[in-house]
Amino acid sequence: MISSSPLESVSSSHSKLRTPNYITWRFIRVWQRNWDVYIKTWKINFLPPLLEPMFYLLAFGAGLGYLVGQLTFSGRVFSYTAFIAPGLLAINIMQNAFFENTYASYVRMYYQKTFDAIMATPLTVEEIILGEIFWGACRSLMATALMMLILSFFGLLSYPWSLGILPIALLGGLAFGAVGMCFTALMPNIEAFNLPVFLFITPMFLFSGTFFPLEQLPFWAKGLAWIFPLTHVVDLTRALALNTLTLLNLWNLFYLLIFASIALPLSLRLMVSRLIH
Amino acid sequence: MSSFVPVVQAEKISKRFNGLMAVDHISFEIHSGECFGFLGPNGAGKTSTIRMIYGFSPLTGGRLLVFGQDIQVHLREIKARIGVCQQENNLDPDLTVWENLLVYARYFNLPAPIARERAEAWLNFMGLSHKKQSRIPELSGGLMRRLVIARALIHNPELLILDEPTTGLDPQSRHQVWEQLEQLKAKGLCILLTTHYMDEAEQICDRLVIMDKGRILVEGVPRTLIKQHIGGNVIEVGNPSSLLIDFLKAGQIPFELLPHRLVIHTREGEKLFSRISGEFCGSGCTLRMATLEDVFLKCTGRGLRE
Repeated sequence: MISSSPLESVSSSHSKLRTPNYITWRFIRVWQRNWDVYIKTWKINFLPPLLEPMFYLLAFGAGLGYLVGQLTFSGRVFSYTAFIAPGLLAINIMQNAFFENTYASYVRMYYQKTFDAIMATPLTVEEIILGEIFWGACRSLMATALMMLILSFFGLLSYPWSLGILPIALLGGLAFGAVGMCFTALMPNIEAFNLPVFLFITPMFLFSGTFFPLEQLPFWAKGLAWIFPLTHVVDLTRALALNTLTLLNLWNLFYLLIFASIALPLSLRLMVSRLIH
Repeated sequence: MSSFVPVVQAEKISKRFNGLMAVDHISFEIHSGECFGFLGPNGAGKTSTIRMIYGFSPLTGGRLLVFGQDIQVHLREIKARIGVCQQENNLDPDLTVWENLLVYARYFNLPAPIARERAEAWLNFMGLSHKKQSRIPELSGGLMRRLVIARALIHNPELLILDEPTTGLDPQSRHQVWEQLEQLKAKGLCILLTTHYMDEAEQICDRLVIMDKGRILVEGVPRTLIKQHIGGNVIEVGNPSSLLIDFLKAGQIPFELLPHRLVIHTREGEKLFSRISGEFCGSGCTLRMATLEDVFLKCTGRGLRE
């Protein structure tokens, strides 16, 4: 039976009106909640970004670097260690935000019901998710800053340009966090995250110019690499770290901005349809 | 705001999930200062109804006003004035008892000094002061539920919504929660709850509805509902004889025949009971006061759900 009282048509038009412009600065409350939890265990949280670059530098710099020796990048000659250091930073940017907004956000959403609890307060779902993604981006930023401390100690970053890596970490964090959040909205269970990690993170980790210049790859693979957002983060961090910035790097920035401005609203939309029914 | 405006006013609200009418055009009003209950078997639509009231679930149809404002338009303002205890405990396990309250207060933009003052006061009220620094997984079910209630009260809401507040609690904890809800009611707080414990509803609800299959079957004050639908007493007879059944049929006394038991709802309990217990009682008869459970079973039937 179809009933079409005037009341029903009024309320359905309202629910269509409701969603836009529903985001306020209150999203910062979710960021604050995550910060409070993070800072409780800061000693553990600070360790990976401090130790990881040392492991990589030892393995790739001292180990592999011995075989590779030097390579030419942007018309200048660099040691292999100096070449991969910004690649490590870029990977770190990607992983921190992506894993925060997949596994960690999923645990808060599904197992801890933290989002449900916050939804009963004046915050909207959009604000909760934006707070989560902004938090993920800040984790990328914090980890990058810590890692840069270690890399600078080995003299692998040129200043003051390298300071530009920090805003790139925030932008890249937003982009990868938003992608992660899209998967979080779609995944039926936590084991399913193996799939995006295997199909999305691992190929990028290897083929985004992180460990070798993209010029080594065949033409089609180079084209594919250009679709990866990580390629653009790597290009930017490397250009900043090695002081080889050119106007062409604006394309990298442009690509990341476009990527983030698509992924972010998409993740909010997907999460709303997962949580509101 | 005028005191004549109902706290909640639902006009033919409905909710459809995947083609199923979970809430089917129901209307009701909840007034300030009262405790209002939603009763019903599993899947009756109780939770779906209150999820619409606290804004989790957009309406499929109808109009829902909370504090006189349309929930579809003023969701954020309304949420700032209600406290919600959901069915599942969703306390933050990453935080201590104390931090749970302070972090929650921040979602309502309460300034920190006020939040600390209120957190202290509600922990005291709920008898949780000694657990201030405990981690959530260390708490028993009863303590967790009391903390959820304390958390829902941190912004001094005008309406408290509880979805099955005592499900899964031991009798001591249940009675303690009831006691605290009574005190909140005495302070003038409007309370809305769902339950399938009849004793809970009978004890703390001023008014209630019994729902089934998305519709409201009856609405009213618990004692009045019992009088209206059952009468004063219930007589139960174990393994009834055919003689008794013939006697009841002859006297045109309505009864319900279960596999090993016969149930009579009656207004003149003692007279009938002395007659039955004298002449037809093989394996035990009992006379008892009618309860809300009798009303509930009469309205919703004895069939199992789910």
